[in-house]
Amino acid sequence: MASHPSRAKTWYGHGLPYLAKKRLPGHLIAIEGTDGVGRSAQIELLRPWLELEGYAVSNTGWTRSPLLSETINEAKAGHRLTVTTFSLLYAADFADRLEHEILPALQAGFIVIADRYMYTAFARNFVMGADPQWTREVFGMALVPDLVLYLDIDVKSLIPRVIMGKGMDYWESGMHLALGIDLFDSFERYQGRLIDEYRRLSSEFGFVSVDARLPIEELQGELRKHIAEYLSAAYGKPRPDSADNRASARKE
Amino acid sequence: MICVEGIDGSGKSTQLLLLERWLRSRGYPVHFTEWNSSRLVRRSMQRGKKKNLLTPTTFSLLHAVDFADRLTYQILPPLKAGMIVLADRYVYTAFARDVARGVHPEWVRAVYSPALRPDLTLYFRVPIDISLERLLAGRAKLKYHEAGMDVGLSTDPVESFRMFQSRVLEIYDQLTLEFGMRPIDATAEIPNQQRVIRTMVQEILRNYDRNRANEKNGVTSQPR
Repeated sequence: MASHPSRAKTWYGHGLPYLAKKRLPGHLIAIEGTDGVGRSAQIELLRPWLELEGYAVSNTGWTRSPLLSETINEAKAGHRLTVTTFSLLYAADFADRLEHEILPALQAGFIVIADRYMYTAFARNFVMGADPQWTREVFGMALVPDLVLYLDIDVKSLIPRVIMGKGMDYWESGMHLALGIDLFDSFERYQGRLIDEYRRLSSEFGFVSVDARLPIEELQGELRKHIAEYLSAAYGKPRPDSADNRASARKE
Repeated sequence: MICVEGIDGSGKSTQLLLLERWLRSRGYPVHFTEWNSSRLVRRSMQRGKKKNLLTPTTFSLLHAVDFADRLTYQILPPLKAGMIVLADRYVYTAFARDVARGVHPEWVRAVYSPALRPDLTLYFRVPIDISLERLLAGRAKLKYHEAGMDVGLSTDPVESFRMFQSRVLEIYDQLTLEFGMRPIDATAEIPNQQRVIRTMVQEILRNYDRNRANEKNGVTSQPR
């Protein structure tokens, strides 16, 4: 896990070359996982806990940018998008939030919790048949998160959760891909493929995977454990061998 | 696929219109498409421009969404149907303007990699002063983004236009070499430019005519 005291941030690709290099003392934690796995409920519980611990928290969520959320909703209602157009809309939404929400909060030393991050685009685009290399290049402007927590679930355990929750939705069931004869069938196949890809990305990008089949409180406990571990390393609980580092940091 | 490129006020749209008239009169099936014209992102674009919410990256990506939508509905179907597509601005506009705004040149090329290469790209070269003169003659003032005011080079729109569009011009010149765009002297008289353009177009249509004739199974078709 990332535990470098320098807390250097890295960009996924070319980044945003026109931005002045500013220090980003905050922390970016991404919560990934497929539709209906319980990300938002968990994030809602993380925030008050972090605030009690003394950290300032800022949230950001997929397709929630002021610039594009309306356009994305309209486009989804109209069924006129190809996977390429979709990807670019999501990338625009992401870039808007990156520059107007995520980076300013990181500059101010906040912990930013991102409900989904670029990996969602990677997984969906792959399943929808877009060139994975292209998707990754488009997201070259992204900042790499300090920690990615992946809520892992198998499709069999996911199904009852979604049905008892808000129900199966056209897009989350992959109906646009015409994968199955009915909603259920399509959901099972589409989400199965998405989960396979998320798991592959998890090992490629070193996500911290947690078992999302756990009851809400237990899952929350797992997430807190990983976040606390990361934060205590990042804020440097002084270790004997780090005395030199701190001395030189003071000189700067 | 034929497209025109150049800074605002270079006269490219006028020339494309004249070309379209001519092609239609000769019986060619023509489809016209214009940069930033899809309904899909119109609202986001207006909102972003009005409230000055756009960054170089979101400005670039919104135009890419527009382009991808037009590629799907306006460019690929007519091309597959054997029509001639005329595009007022193409990906090179993004390569020039977005890079002048500060995005990475490789990134913007990657974003537009689903695009296909035009058969002919005409680049209308014009000095900044002439384009300014033409734009200001037609209307009271320069548009905010056209003048590159968002880049923050100058608070005076005319001065900002000059600085921003000079950068764009410089990049266009490099792109001319990189992508084999055909330069047109946009300071020349309108009919003279059009004559040069029609000659170039005739040249690339030779193949097109031959293919169409072959498709008609030996029957020679002479579009008039």
